Amino acid sequence: MGASQTHSAYKYQDLMTKTGFSLEQIKNLHYRFRQLSENNETLSRENLENIKDLADNPIKKQIVEAFFDKRNQHQNEMGSFEEIGFEQFVMVMSHFRPPTPKMTEEEKLAMRKDKLHFLFNMHDSDNDGKITLEEYRKVVEELLSMSGDIEKDTARGIADAAMLEVASTNVPNMGPDDYYEGITFEHFEQMFKEVEMESRMHVRFLDVDTRTIHS
Amino acid sequence: MAHLLILWPMSGSISLSGPRLTGFLCVLLVVSAHASRDAVSGNNETWGSPARATQGDPHHQNSSTTHRKAFPVLSFNYDHVKTPFEISLWILLALLMKLGFHIIPRVSSIVLESCLLIVVGLLIGGIIKAIKQTAPVLDSKLFFLYLLPPIILDAGYFLPIRPFTENMGTILVFAVVGTLWNAAFIGGMMYGVCQIEGAQLGHVDLLSCLLFGAIISAVDPVAVLAVFEEIHINELLYILVFGESLLNDAVTVVLYHLFEEFSHAGIVTVGDAFLGVVCFFVVSLGGVMVGTIYGILGAFTSRFTSHTRVIEPLFVFLYSYMAYLSAEVFHLSGIMSLIACGVTMRPYVEANISHKSYTTIKYFLKMWSSVSETLIFIFLGVSTVAGPHAWNWTFVIFTVILCLVSRVLGVMGLTYIINKFRIVKLTKKDQFIVAYGGLRGAIAFSLGFLLTNNEMKNMFLTAIITVIFFTVFVQGMTIRPLVELLAVKKKEESKTSINEEIHTQFLDHLLTGIEDICGHYGHHHWKDKYDAYVKRWLIVGERSTEPQLISFYNKMEMKQAMMLVESGSAAKLPTLMSAATLQNIQQKGVPSRRAIPSISKSREEEIRKILRANLQKTRQKLYSYRRHDLVMDPFEDNVSEIRFRRQRAEMEKRMSHYLTVPANRQETPSVRKVCFEPENKVYTYDDSESPRGRAAQPSPRLPDAISLLSKSPQRPNQTSALRAKGSTELRAKAPDEQEEQDQVKLSRCFSDPGPNEEEEEDGSFLS
Repeated sequence: MGASQTHSAYKYQDLMTKTGFSLEQIKNLHYRFRQLSENNETLSRENLENIKDLADNPIKKQIVEAFFDKRNQHQNEMGSFEEIGFEQFVMVMSHFRPPTPKMTEEEKLAMRKDKLHFLFNMHDSDNDGKITLEEYRKVVEELLSMSGDIEKDTARGIADAAMLEVASTNVPNMGPDDYYEGITFEHFEQMFKEVEMESRMHVRFLDVDTRTIHS
Repeated sequence: MAHLLILWPMSGSISLSGPRLTGFLCVLLVVSAHASRDAVSGNNETWGSPARATQGDPHHQNSSTTHRKAFPVLSFNYDHVKTPFEISLWILLALLMKLGFHIIPRVSSIVLESCLLIVVGLLIGGIIKAIKQTAPVLDSKLFFLYLLPPIILDAGYFLPIRPFTENMGTILVFAVVGTLWNAAFIGGMMYGVCQIEGAQLGHVDLLSCLLFGAIISAVDPVAVLAVFEEIHINELLYILVFGESLLNDAVTVVLYHLFEEFSHAGIVTVGDAFLGVVCFFVVSLGGVMVGTIYGILGAFTSRFTSHTRVIEPLFVFLYSYMAYLSAEVFHLSGIMSLIACGVTMRPYVEANISHKSYTTIKYFLKMWSSVSETLIFIFLGVSTVAGPHAWNWTFVIFTVILCLVSRVLGVMGLTYIINKFRIVKLTKKDQFIVAYGGLRGAIAFSLGFLLTNNEMKNMFLTAIITVIFFTVFVQGMTIRPLVELLAVKKKEESKTSINEEIHTQFLDHLLTGIEDICGHYGHHHWKDKYDAYVKRWLIVGERSTEPQLISFYNKMEMKQAMMLVESGSAAKLPTLMSAATLQNIQQKGVPSRRAIPSISKSREEEIRKILRANLQKTRQKLYSYRRHDLVMDPFEDNVSEIRFRRQRAEMEKRMSHYLTVPANRQETPSVRKVCFEPENKVYTYDDSESPRGRAAQPSPRLPDAISLLSKSPQRPNQTSALRAKGSTELRAKAPDEQEEQDQVKLSRCFSDPGPNEEEEEDGSFLS
């Protein structure tokens, strides 16, 4: 056990610097990872989709997909994994850290951009750098998918109106032959300029040992 | 009575300008008050007996007259209506004051309304005293049972929940710890002051001082509302100060009763102190529990009111009032109970009740709270003049100073601790505003007034009134320029952006999902579960599953339409109108506009009914916790529906402009839609189409969401009436059949549901 322990300790250290989590948090996440992957080394999509609590979530598919998206690993790769290891898992989770009080303004901005990128990637499924109308429609459809029998047109109407709004806010002087292709990342950022994403998009990661608490 | 008679000729010559009117009414009021007392005191028998004689036994020979009296054509019996008459007169006076102030614009921009009202109260009190009558004092029972609840209910019902719950920790710390600190500090220091030789205050013991501290330490919601309403500060600060003023009621109640009991008993033991702490928890949690129970009852009741829409608002009011009274029975915190009731009830009630009831509730709450607040301030002024006073320079001055000092210290100290736990820190500016906004008001006065058997009562009352005056006048009036000076963030106009809504929801689900993956149940998880289960119980029918997004979207569309209605001029186009559109339209020249025929009356009525039905379904979640916002709320029922539909046509046309691939883009239908015709002209019916109009459309019964028709794809030619002229062109080219149908469907989105959509609930209510 000695060798693997130092090995994992070394890996943890690496992860800590890369993601900013504390040792306790990483340990907890590793425990959870092992739980989800049924003690395998890698996690597959089925493992995540089988989580009971996620069943009611309308955007379950997108969330699961985000874990397997290579773009979220910040290594300038595209495409998606079939299975992910613990590092990738933690990397994705690190997008949800809250800002620490000691962060400088630039660090906060960087974190904000990071989080927004994460969100953007979730919407931009074909990876062309913009969220087209079709993709946006899909987003809204997914959001409404769990809410009973909604007409397809409803979702479409909402998505269209939203798109229109972005278009007219960001490109107010479109000529008659212009065509708004899709929401680019800058426009996406613009949508959130009022929202403090760095604090809003976070999940509390536990520091205490939660092994005894849940199954 | 002679006074009254003299006044009448004067009235003819007085022009009805604000101050004169108010002055006139002051005098009128005073005189009638005088008259009423006359009637009570001496003249009763004289006036009353002729009336009695006619009612009573005509043969009764009580009076000395032997001849038969003539039938009194006109008799005077003021006694009969005295109480309601005076009450109405007071309220009328208060409202006319309010009216008067707003007629004089210059004054109302400099001086706070509450200050003016207090001054008016002072004047009235002075007048009444000058004519040697006893002025009415702000009776505590009147205050706590009748004047305070409407204000609190209004505040609680429209409390912005999200910022409130997000900052709950901070608010609680300020409310509980802050108030305790204030009470202890002021009480203790005042005791020290009282020990100073030469102040003649040696008879004030520690417990009395502590009691006084408890009374004066609480920030007052009425005063805070009155002041903050006018300065439009950003939401965070508003909710911090206001939330604190609401939640500190529990502390105040406990401390007050505690010290009052003890000051009679004389000594305090440790056991008593411990009981005090227990009492605090009981009072606050008990109050919340009572409120929640009534709130749930109210929500549950509203499920069944679909057949008796007229009494729906009453349920809301009565359940809330009962919550307050029930809490007061057990000496629990009535304010917290009322808030809890309003907050609990609101989402479910709003989903269940009709639109008209919602409007009624909103307006009634605002109305009552407005009246209450006005009356409170006027009575404060009157009581100041009328009440017994015992002025003691040392005591009063030190009280004022200590209040300020303790507030500042308390806020600073607590913020230092709180900032360690907050993600969004409170800056120095924020702290200053929070400290400066800690106003005292009528609650302190009423509590002081309730003191019994306390020989220092008069002195306390004087000090309390001085502090109130100081905070309201000095702090209240200077806070506005200070806010400007410090460039504190103001409340931003909430741009209801559909995008924001979409992404907020998305984010919520995302965070819940991540929490689930992480395996621990954060508050997103619990909120989700709660929403899923509770809603099923408390919301009627299918509305429980109506997604927020759709109702939001409806609301937004409504608002767009409203804006068009209200503005009626191109200058105030809503955001969805882009300059390019206009340009495009105008570039193409103004083609020959087809003469637009007017719709037949019956059609219009049909459409109106349909649209009203559509409007009914929208739950407009207005954050109207500011009273002044009501004025600008355009969501009235007499909407120009046609405008509304035109707006939709507009949107749809722009959709096609922007969002379709260029090859498929339709020629933008011409012009007419951009010009804003006056309201009585009509409208976009294209007579070339067959008059099937609405009646022929076999529309299925629509869900609560956007009224859509799921048309079968075989009918792309059938356009809505909105499409009018452009539609012919639209129909002609259909390069992409699917896209075309989509466009048509899109326009469908915005048109009405079919005529089957009867609004039965509205039947009895049709205005």
